[in-house]
Amino acid sequence: MEHVVIVGNGIAGVTAARHIRKNSDKKITIISAESDHFFSRTALMYVYMGHMRFKDLKPYEDQFWSKNNINLKNAFVERVDTDTQTLHLAQGETITYDTLILATGSIPAKYGWEGQDLNGVQGLVSKQDLELLEKNAPNNEVCPKAVIVGGGLIGVELAEMLHTRKIEVTMLVREHAFWSGVLPDGEAEMISRHIKNHGIDLRCGAELDKILDDGRGNVSGIITKKGEQIDCKLVGVTTGVKPQIEFLKDSKIETDRGILVNRMLETNIKNVYAIGDCAQQREAIGLRKPVEAVWYTGRMMGETVAQTICGKPFEYNPGNWFNSAKFFDIEYQTYGWVFSTKNKKDYEQHLHWKHPDDTKCMTIAFHKDTREFLGINSFGIRLRHEVLDRWLNEKRDVRYVIKNLKEANFNPEFYRRYESEIQKEFKV
Amino acid sequence: MSTIQRDMSLTGQPPASINAIQKLGTALGVVGLLILLLAAFNINFPEKPLWLSIALGSLFGGILIFTYGAYSGKHEGIKNDGVWFKSVSSRGFLAWVAGLALTGFYIILYFKAGWLGLNTEGDNTGLIALFDPLSRLLSGNPASQWFVYGTLYTIAILAFGIKFIWKYRHNRYERLRTLSVMFFQTAFAFLIPEFMARLNSENFNLPYYDLKNIWPLNYYNFEQYRVNDFISAGNVGLALLLFGIASIFVITPILTYKYGKRWYCSWVCGCGGLAETAGDSFRHLSDKSTFAWKVERWVVHSVLVFVVVMTTAVVSTYLGYDADKYWLTKDVFLIGVAVFLTLLFAGIWFFKKEELKQDARYGAIGYLVIVLALSGIHYSSGSTLFLIPAETLRDSYGFLIGSIFSGVIGTGFYPIFGNRVWCRFGCPMAAILGLQQRLFSKFRITTNGGQCISCGNCSSYCEMGIDVRAYAQKGENIVRASCVGCGICSAVCPRGVLKLENGAADKRINSREILLGNDVDLMDYVNQN
Repeated sequence: MEHVVIVGNGIAGVTAARHIRKNSDKKITIISAESDHFFSRTALMYVYMGHMRFKDLKPYEDQFWSKNNINLKNAFVERVDTDTQTLHLAQGETITYDTLILATGSIPAKYGWEGQDLNGVQGLVSKQDLELLEKNAPNNEVCPKAVIVGGGLIGVELAEMLHTRKIEVTMLVREHAFWSGVLPDGEAEMISRHIKNHGIDLRCGAELDKILDDGRGNVSGIITKKGEQIDCKLVGVTTGVKPQIEFLKDSKIETDRGILVNRMLETNIKNVYAIGDCAQQREAIGLRKPVEAVWYTGRMMGETVAQTICGKPFEYNPGNWFNSAKFFDIEYQTYGWVFSTKNKKDYEQHLHWKHPDDTKCMTIAFHKDTREFLGINSFGIRLRHEVLDRWLNEKRDVRYVIKNLKEANFNPEFYRRYESEIQKEFKV
Repeated sequence: MSTIQRDMSLTGQPPASINAIQKLGTALGVVGLLILLLAAFNINFPEKPLWLSIALGSLFGGILIFTYGAYSGKHEGIKNDGVWFKSVSSRGFLAWVAGLALTGFYIILYFKAGWLGLNTEGDNTGLIALFDPLSRLLSGNPASQWFVYGTLYTIAILAFGIKFIWKYRHNRYERLRTLSVMFFQTAFAFLIPEFMARLNSENFNLPYYDLKNIWPLNYYNFEQYRVNDFISAGNVGLALLLFGIASIFVITPILTYKYGKRWYCSWVCGCGGLAETAGDSFRHLSDKSTFAWKVERWVVHSVLVFVVVMTTAVVSTYLGYDADKYWLTKDVFLIGVAVFLTLLFAGIWFFKKEELKQDARYGAIGYLVIVLALSGIHYSSGSTLFLIPAETLRDSYGFLIGSIFSGVIGTGFYPIFGNRVWCRFGCPMAAILGLQQRLFSKFRITTNGGQCISCGNCSSYCEMGIDVRAYAQKGENIVRASCVGCGICSAVCPRGVLKLENGAADKRINSREILLGNDVDLMDYVNQN
């Protein structure tokens, strides 16, 4: 029987396994050194904040895997030999495969700062990172003060987490506002104010120079590029993530930043696929980045590769871009493409509405000349995926979108509606 | 059993302690409880109205001050920080103390009311006597243990209701829903029945009737003494009796069709009201395993069968055999019930074949038991059912379900099993509404395309133990019999994935293999297979 081995039990690998099982009775083995069972990485923050227990993060009951005849192996893959189709595990064990799916995810990206390997310097990607955080910052006596370097989605999550344990947090953000490389300025500035309102010392235009050693190998503080010193016991590194591909360096599998794959998600080696955060498209798909470290894209690649492996080849051809996040109390959803002020395409025009309470806003992007609706960012107002996806597929005129915005509202019942205010503001 | 999270190697203590204002609130609440406790130990307070006011005021004020301390300085938003770290909300020491104290209170309330000061002869003493002035003010009669319980129950719903509204002040659905349960508890469960009692005289006697307490939750509604009271109270009484019948056979199906069972379970019902307010801090303790779900389906539907058989048996005991005296004889009644159930079941079998797949067997078993029981009544002489007297059946139901299940376990064990144990495993009303919701309703929780990240907040905070995530991560709408529509899954979702709504009845579930956002061709190919 064909043996499909999946390295990595995150959303990409597990989705692939589930769909392969649905379509076939191939032997499936998932290998992970991180955890025995699949858990929701995006929810790690809630364990530290006390909203959930770690076991609540597991989307499937433990019996699910044996019931579906999916073998789980807790082991670290050290080396891949594609000639003999063998995986060499850390304990000296080997596993052979017929089909290999690499879904190893990401690790925090560090940029060679002095002191970046001291105790107390960490990212927040894996279960082990969370366990480390419980050691480094269990409470505000052990860790009265923390500095977070980088202002992405993980950065703001880490700030929120530490804040719940009453640990003082300074965030260093290189841009002029939080996440302004991704969000249009109006939004980035609103979220920046929201972060500050929660008592986070958000410093924009600030960069890390080096991390200071207390003489015993622990963090004692940092120095910014402007020469300012900030004492702290924890340095959260959230300057993005990079594909976890270290174990492939001696293999014949071709890599760049990530594992290079074609549209079929195949690597240069036959019967070896890569999906999720660790995969890098040889040519970017549409306006997407070659490496997409997002939950949903990992899932979609898993859905796609499973069909291919089960004899119905499909290219990875994702639909309209969408994403979501939550910044403290403000939810964010995006559908289609809305680029930041800095990265805006020359044909792209924005309509921006903000509620006076400074917790809700919306940006609609459209084509300057054709008035085609390109995308929408919404903060504090939930939108209906199905409706926006349809409008994007139908290439609707932006005026149509504004006029029918009510149809896309997904807020809970009885919530105040803002469509008429938005429509008043958006006279196109 | 300590289930406080230890599996993430917590080396330190996260801030789980309470602040100064919360301590003040706690102290005030304890003063109120202490006065009640002293009264229960027969301390005879001289100025009863004053001391009762102080006691109840301290309880109410204590909860409000605690709430102020907890939420006043915080931003609008989800307030679940430290839920699994706090002793009281993570089955720690405080939770067990609270659970055992509540359980003890229920046992005394149901079975040893004398200890609270209820005297068969002579005036009330002790705790119940302390409540006499308030009872006299409302109904003109001295208090009973049920009046004491009702008063404390109402205060709990009001004070914790304010706490809940404060906690979810950003969420209008939660605010309105909570105002609704506060209103129905205060007006319908507490005040109106007391005022109705004022109307009673020697030749006019309405039974104590909480209008929103519908059979079969109100399992004794059609007992002989009540029916006699209703009929003897003229048009008003008859109207109430008819309202009681219409409630379950007409009003309930219509409202459940339009809005789902939430219109009752989380907007009107008193049990639900207490669970949603005082029980809110324990909602995450419900068991989400598929095993628990299986137990739930068996137990709650068995209770439903039990209550139908019991009520039929009890009603048939006081109906006569002589059709000349009154058209509704025992035989007519029993045949009527059998025909009604047969038609109902045949209708479901015929029109809802698709939905029934997995649940059909359970329904069939329940139906069979009922019909067998009915024939048992019919062919047995006198008032026995399989040689068990109907009264025994009624008493065992009252003891097992009415007292032990709904009170002692259902509420007493809030801090251990979660706040909806009764509603989920025991309530026959919830079972009926659940069947309607599953089969004949426009209500569903819509999953927002492919936006779910499987974080598990929804499942964790579902008080009914529904694994909401299991549906959301498949892009499938949630149409579960047990969902009471509290809306918390939607509130705690960090990605805006869930929305409670009433919509077209077809395509309510909308299951698909590949989620929205992927390749259109792939979605078509796989979802059509």
